[in-house]
Amino acid sequence: MDLLELTAVALGQKIQKKETSAVEATQAVLNQIDKVEGTVHSYVTVDQEGAIKKAKQVQEKIEAGQLTGPLAGVPVAIKDNMCTEGMRTTCSSKILENFVPTYTAEAVLNLEKAGAVIIGKTNMDEFAMGSTTETSAYGITTNPWNKEHVPGGSSGGSCAAVAANECFYALGSDTGGSIRQPSSFCGVTGIKPTYGTVSRYGLIAYGSSLDQIGPVAKDVTDCATILNTIASYDKKDSTSYQRESYDFTKALVDDVKGMKIGIPKGYFGEGLDSEVSNAVMAAAKELEKKGAILEEFDLGLVEYAIPAYYVIADAEASSNLSRFDGVKYGYRAEDYKGLHHMYKKTRSEGFGPEVKRRIMLGSFVLSSGYYDAYYLKALRTKALIKQEFDKAFAKYDMILGPAAPTTAPKVGASLADPIKMYLGDIYTISVNLAGLPGISVPCGMDSKGLPIGLQLIGDCFQENKILQAAYAFEQTRAYKSPFDK
Amino acid sequence: MSKQYETVIGLEVHVELATKTKIFCGCSTEFGGAPNTHTCPVCTGMPGSLPVLNKQVVEYAIAVGLATNCKITQNGKFDRKNYFYPDNPQNYQISQLYLPICRDGHVDIETEEGGKKAIGIHEIHMEEDAGKLVHDEWSGCSLVDFNRSGVPLIEIVSEPDMRSAEEVIAYLEKLRLLIQYLGASDCKLNEGSMRADVNLSVREVGAKKFGTRTEMKNLNSFKAIARAIESEKERQIDLLESGEEVIQETRRWDDVKEYSYAMRSKEDAQDYRYFPDPDLVPIIISDEMIAEIKAKQPEFRDEKMERYEKEYGIPAYDISVITSSKHMADLFEQTVAICNSPKKVSNWLMVETMRLLKEHDMEPEQINFSPENLAKLISLTEANTINSTVAKEVFEQVFAHDIDPEKYVEEHGLKTVNDEGALRSTIEAIVAANPKSVEDYKAGKKKAIGFLVGQTMKEMKGKADPAMVNKILIELLEA
Amino acid sequence: MANIISDETIEYVGILAKLELSEEEKEQAKKDMGEMLDYIDQLNALDTSSVEPMSHVFSVHNVFREDVVTNEDDRENILKNAPEEQEGSFVVPKTVE
Repeated sequence: MDLLELTAVALGQKIQKKETSAVEATQAVLNQIDKVEGTVHSYVTVDQEGAIKKAKQVQEKIEAGQLTGPLAGVPVAIKDNMCTEGMRTTCSSKILENFVPTYTAEAVLNLEKAGAVIIGKTNMDEFAMGSTTETSAYGITTNPWNKEHVPGGSSGGSCAAVAANECFYALGSDTGGSIRQPSSFCGVTGIKPTYGTVSRYGLIAYGSSLDQIGPVAKDVTDCATILNTIASYDKKDSTSYQRESYDFTKALVDDVKGMKIGIPKGYFGEGLDSEVSNAVMAAAKELEKKGAILEEFDLGLVEYAIPAYYVIADAEASSNLSRFDGVKYGYRAEDYKGLHHMYKKTRSEGFGPEVKRRIMLGSFVLSSGYYDAYYLKALRTKALIKQEFDKAFAKYDMILGPAAPTTAPKVGASLADPIKMYLGDIYTISVNLAGLPGISVPCGMDSKGLPIGLQLIGDCFQENKILQAAYAFEQTRAYKSPFDK
Repeated sequence: MSKQYETVIGLEVHVELATKTKIFCGCSTEFGGAPNTHTCPVCTGMPGSLPVLNKQVVEYAIAVGLATNCKITQNGKFDRKNYFYPDNPQNYQISQLYLPICRDGHVDIETEEGGKKAIGIHEIHMEEDAGKLVHDEWSGCSLVDFNRSGVPLIEIVSEPDMRSAEEVIAYLEKLRLLIQYLGASDCKLNEGSMRADVNLSVREVGAKKFGTRTEMKNLNSFKAIARAIESEKERQIDLLESGEEVIQETRRWDDVKEYSYAMRSKEDAQDYRYFPDPDLVPIIISDEMIAEIKAKQPEFRDEKMERYEKEYGIPAYDISVITSSKHMADLFEQTVAICNSPKKVSNWLMVETMRLLKEHDMEPEQINFSPENLAKLISLTEANTINSTVAKEVFEQVFAHDIDPEKYVEEHGLKTVNDEGALRSTIEAIVAANPKSVEDYKAGKKKAIGFLVGQTMKEMKGKADPAMVNKILIELLEA
Repeated sequence: MANIISDETIEYVGILAKLELSEEEKEQAKKDMGEMLDYIDQLNALDTSSVEPMSHVFSVHNVFREDVVTNEDDRENILKNAPEEQEGSFVVPKTVE
């Protein structure tokens, strides 16, 4: 079997058994990048030399018995909004084109401690604002299943890199679906943990109250294993939550007997592609066959999640992104007249259209006279949405639905109509507002040969329930790679 | 001017808290480092960095709130104040708008008529300080130093309860003392650890409604504050008298030119888009925490003054001077504890210490000598080991270098000569050498003895006991 | 479209956000913002009068640091990415006239 087809955990085991090495795996990934990157373009930065060097160091430690963990020596790709010391971090924006952080994000540090080999930084929608990875200042990423389609976004680079075997797993970030939706489009597995589970320190913020880092991988086992490694209580992040257990792999049990799964009727209405609907319902039936109890129910306020989200996320973003001003780091415009012109020119040239659109809206909804009507209204709506989920989780162990209403759209088809693009986040966004965990698992292909994702949503801190159900579902089908066909 | 006007003043006082580290990161708050040497990703607004609140800041803010009779907000949070300026690395300042930590307090000030007046405190909130900008005249650039960025501040917002510069100064003095006594800040106006912005309006006497107010910034001393208030009051009255309107604006005081000018800019919209900072979590203050801080509150000035009167029996004036500085009061009590001579300690503080402070343009807070050394000096004078002239000389050394007076007197041979035999022979020689003075004295000009005492002290290099010199001289002259 | 965004509003928000838009971008921004606000106005159908605004999902509170110095001089790193640097400081266009 080709090394590249292995899951991260399978590769880690082979490395520990000395059947292969970190260096060999890294070299294989770099060769694959050479081969496919011209089409896929998952990466903004590939650190070929650094990766080989790191792989050698890690391999020595493995041989010395100092690194025995499941991810030691396994090559990983990091979304380009997580700071990596000494490695350029751009958020796929011109405004950070030359930014080389002097410190590493806590989640990435946790991976490094476990012996991960970082291959490079993956492409994304600029500052994670987008659903297609087309707003990147460094060119689009294509879907490895069909290069005429987008990989989804904003973690499109991470998901495409995993699907195209340009790494064994990746880190993404999810503010409104940015891990789950591109995972669905690329046929990989991605989980957004409960807010506060993975430290945000070193993650360049988009919407601070919604952002969460999570794994993108080939299967559920990998996801759980990666989450074991990256999740931690971090004193540097005040919103970090000290959990009772950080053992997610114990959920890897093929058993869903008696699990109560709620299926929101509203998720299967207008706007949902019938092929997606059929695949997701078929997946639900598989779980039912294994003993899960399915029940349809009314989840309230679904339609209010998107407008509330855009008020909150854009307001926070307008403030979070004000630090990019050409003073301390990143791009600074040339030829300006005085301070404020320098600010304006730098930011206008440095940010792309989607980012500017969101900063403008976010600044407006916070401005004098509008704060109550928009921002507080959105926070009140968020409270109501949270209540709706609380009600649902009083009855069900988890909620099942699609990760996205369609499969991956064609390149160039989305950006012209922002609201239509935003509507594509209908199944993922409310999960962020309520701080819940959600996982996207491949559950089929449409007639065009594009992957479909099943989403399972858990109550806060109930990752293990959705991981267990996802794992059980996964046992009913084999992992598919774009290279299988 | 026919109409009578009343000045209405409210103050926004920023106080830098005496914490060791910044409000949201572990960088030192120490003064005077080279630019950007006390900085980290958090206080320079690096992407991905996150703030974590310094607990001591909350405790100090609550302590000041309790000392100013405020209600403590038991469920508070931080908000972001958004505005672009290079000294503000994130282009937002973390502050408190919606739920400030303290509210609805007051302090009493003494009025000129000797009565008491309560000045209301609207709120006290916590926030971070900005960095420093240095302007380079040659290059036309400004240089940004973030060493002060993130230093913790509390902003104490008064009600518009003051009516004159005198009341403003009295209020500021009162706050300064309370906060110094708490140890929450050194409150130095000249160094910027206490800064006051003055909100001022005028209205006709008897009017119910407030006039339009202006906000004056950049006031670095009590004198500047008094001058700025006078100037702004007159400016506003002139405007009203000539039928014009006062515009609500921020003005910057130039103390050299004794003039203020409006800080207006198209780019300065003053729309701060406050919203709760999602990177920080709520601050829940329990009753226990408040009780604990209350229990740790020090004895404040009023209580101290009462106690001094009972315990030490020194004059009321001395008490008021000594307690006007927490540091001086501490020094007083510690010294008295060693030497048990309150009046003498008080004298040294009131006379020589105040003189030297004035001479060196220093604040009482900057007194640098130890109670042990002042106590030793007092013991030396009480034992007549040194005379008062020498004592003053030694005290200057204590004041400047905190020297050990015993060692110093020993090393410099300053002990008073108490050997009567040796002194007598010196005086005999002086009497013999000055027949004119002797004659004058005998002729009834008793003052002539002064010259002979002076000659003797000169010969003895000041170390003779003046009383003994007098006694021997009289003996010899009247013999 | 219920929300008509004026030129003044776009100009004003541009000042707040420090963005300088071209004429074409301004027209686009007016359209986009108006449409988004129309869309967001859906929220008005929801009665939220008895609901407290929710900033944080969890009841985490009082996350404090002790007042202990943990950072040393790190100026070299702090200035590493500065577009313009002089005498250990960041350089900006002069802020006073």
